[in-house]
Amino acid sequence: MSDAAATPRTTVSLKGRIAAAVAAVVLVGGAVVLAAALAYGRHAAREAYDRLLVGAASDIAESITIRDGEPVVDLPVSAFELLALAGRDRIDYRVTDKAGITLTGSPNAPRPETARDVDFYNGSFGGESARYVAVTRRFAERGYSGPVEIVVGHTLLARRELAHDIARNALAVLGAAGIAIALFASLAVASALTPLTRIGDTLARRDPTDLTPLVEPAPREIAALRDALNAFMRRLERQLGANRDLISDAAHQLRTPLAAIRVQLDAAAEEDDPARQAALIARVQDRARTLSRLLDQLLSQGMVVHRGDAVPKERLDLRDVALEVFEQTDAVVIPGGRPVRLDLPENEVPIAGDLLSLAEAGKNLLGNALRHGAEPVALGVGVADGAARLWVRDAGPGPDPETLARMGDRFTRDSASAGAGGLGLAIANAVAVNHGGRLAPSRTGTGFEIALVLPLERPE
Amino acid sequence: MRRALRSAVAGLFLAALATSAPAQELAERLGAPRAVREMVLRSTTDLSVMRPVIEAFLETRPGVAVRYEQWLSNNLYDVTRADCAAGGRAADLVISSAVHHMVDLVNQGCATRHVSAETAALPAALGWRDELWGVTREPAVMVYNRDLVPPEDVPHSRFDLLDLLRDDDRPYAGRVATYDIEASGLGYLFAYADSLEATTFGGLMEAFGRADTVATCCSAEIMAGVLAGDYLIAYNIIGSYALELAARTPRLGIVAPGDYTLILSRGAMIPKGAADGALGAEMVDFLLSPAGRAALGAADLLTDLEDLVASGAVDVDAGPSLLRPVELSPKLLVASDRQKRMLFSARWRAAFPQATGGPAADR
Repeated sequence: MSDAAATPRTTVSLKGRIAAAVAAVVLVGGAVVLAAALAYGRHAAREAYDRLLVGAASDIAESITIRDGEPVVDLPVSAFELLALAGRDRIDYRVTDKAGITLTGSPNAPRPETARDVDFYNGSFGGESARYVAVTRRFAERGYSGPVEIVVGHTLLARRELAHDIARNALAVLGAAGIAIALFASLAVASALTPLTRIGDTLARRDPTDLTPLVEPAPREIAALRDALNAFMRRLERQLGANRDLISDAAHQLRTPLAAIRVQLDAAAEEDDPARQAALIARVQDRARTLSRLLDQLLSQGMVVHRGDAVPKERLDLRDVALEVFEQTDAVVIPGGRPVRLDLPENEVPIAGDLLSLAEAGKNLLGNALRHGAEPVALGVGVADGAARLWVRDAGPGPDPETLARMGDRFTRDSASAGAGGLGLAIANAVAVNHGGRLAPSRTGTGFEIALVLPLERPE
Repeated sequence: MRRALRSAVAGLFLAALATSAPAQELAERLGAPRAVREMVLRSTTDLSVMRPVIEAFLETRPGVAVRYEQWLSNNLYDVTRADCAAGGRAADLVISSAVHHMVDLVNQGCATRHVSAETAALPAALGWRDELWGVTREPAVMVYNRDLVPPEDVPHSRFDLLDLLRDDDRPYAGRVATYDIEASGLGYLFAYADSLEATTFGGLMEAFGRADTVATCCSAEIMAGVLAGDYLIAYNIIGSYALELAARTPRLGIVAPGDYTLILSRGAMIPKGAADGALGAEMVDFLLSPAGRAALGAADLLTDLEDLVASGAVDVDAGPSLLRPVELSPKLLVASDRQKRMLFSARWRAAFPQATGGPAADR
């Protein structure tokens, strides 16, 4: 495994991500606003300069008089002063009488296609696109009765400039807004991330053995991280505690029997009488066997507690657990004893659990029944009241109530005297609790039953 | 006598022209004989006035020659418009005193855009669309014969002139001259500008008509007539020629009217079909540069208030509000309008029934 893989990867900073998000928002928003501003600018410019055109055309219309039956245009300077407001634009105009004859202005100026009194249209003026208005004035004079059409147009420079000005201003405002947004966003991010930094600092300053929960206040999103950290530390502390307990229990439980064995061995070594010596050695053997089983169970307990926190639960068939228990116990069953009866249902009994721990619990229960109970001993699986049960039955009276009452305890000072039976119950109980279940002892008409009751999984 | 002879010669000349397309009055190539680049400059300004300016331009450009064509303003307008419509080869630079013609040409899209530091420095009223630039500054003045007009009669404003013309003894009847606006683009422009400036114009026209004022042509001829005693006073004469002549001939008195004095800036534009528009643009930049300004000033083409005060044309205490520049703006399109021109001419003809209306020059 390489170092690179071992070092956790640091990805793009949250600030960077938020900066990118804000930039994206400003860019996309900017494009939208720019398009809108351009459209609005064009519209506003068109409105403004169209009014100018109408004003000029109306001015010219007002200046028309009928002399000797002919319309005469005394072109007013005011009309061109209006048009000159679009400073750099070229101006086209034309006045046409009812016969379509151009009275004055450019005969090439385009006329409108429709015949409304005020008509706007686009055209071309010397190869350059231009905007025109046609205004019609109607006369009812002696000698001339009918319309005179005034066409005024100009090129589009001023309109474009105004539209661009409006768009540019909008863009400037947007840019300023973008900068403000970025500024506030960076402040907000800095303030939001402060709890993270604080938690990090607190952890860094902590004593390695200090596993008390973090109490720093944090916003909801960061609180989740803090709580997960706290839960993790709780598990860690439990594990440490279990290890501590295991060590101290082992020391305590092993010291007395070992001392007794040593004393008896010493006595055996000094004994001259072969018969008494053999008896002493037989007792030492007996004690050593008990001690070995005790050690097994201590380790088993340690293993169960460890796995309870460390190993994820998986979907199991409780019948498989029973089979596992049956097979393992069968091999070590007390010689000369009658075989254990196995009672399994036909259907799957699904649970979520750790096969090793559950098998360990089952073995302990079965072992207790074999050692302390009366034959016949049965091992079975069942479903009752919506819960899965792994049960062991024997024909004996069961342990005394005191032992049953203490089965929830981890270890007791007198576990040694209670023998491995009490310890087995404690292990089974720990596994049951670890799986969200319980240990259910009961006296039946024919003897004693103890069951590991576990929540049932939904069948597949 | 001299005037009659001049008229006869001019008449013959114009009669010859009438049979062909309008042509320039005069053309001359200035610059080194073996110059590699040659530009065509068409102008209404007398070559004699412009020559030192063009020579100053050519001084720093040994490879350049200028073919100078002197035109009458109406003809220059016609030929430039025809060049524009034909889309063929045009002059490289056109400078005309009839700036309403120039505004009209620019409005028709006949000009080329040119932007430089020099054109950018020009006041807004003296340029349009970066296609037309006012390169000179010349007042419209009254001139009189100092020997023949007693000091107390010298008109210092249009009101004074009106009073003189309305004098019951009619001492100035038939002795006052002005441009014939039908023949001269510049005369028409001045009269048109007068009609916009003040209501005095109507009264002035009426008084001109009653006093049998002569409407004729052109600056040089009218001033010669004043010096010869044929006319006593001439109205709306372009100041550049008058100042130049007055400097040589003390007999010629000049008055910049005290009610208002029109200031004309000759308009320069680079036609669209210019073969060497870059050279035309270079000439524009030169005319607007300090060196060009100095040359134009020396040719009396850049008159300001101090010059007028120095020449005695206005009172010492005259303010700049006296001067009314003719703006180069689309407003001048009104002056070029066909019906406007017809109406204006009808008014004019009513005041000057004896005006011949024949073609003439307007320098």
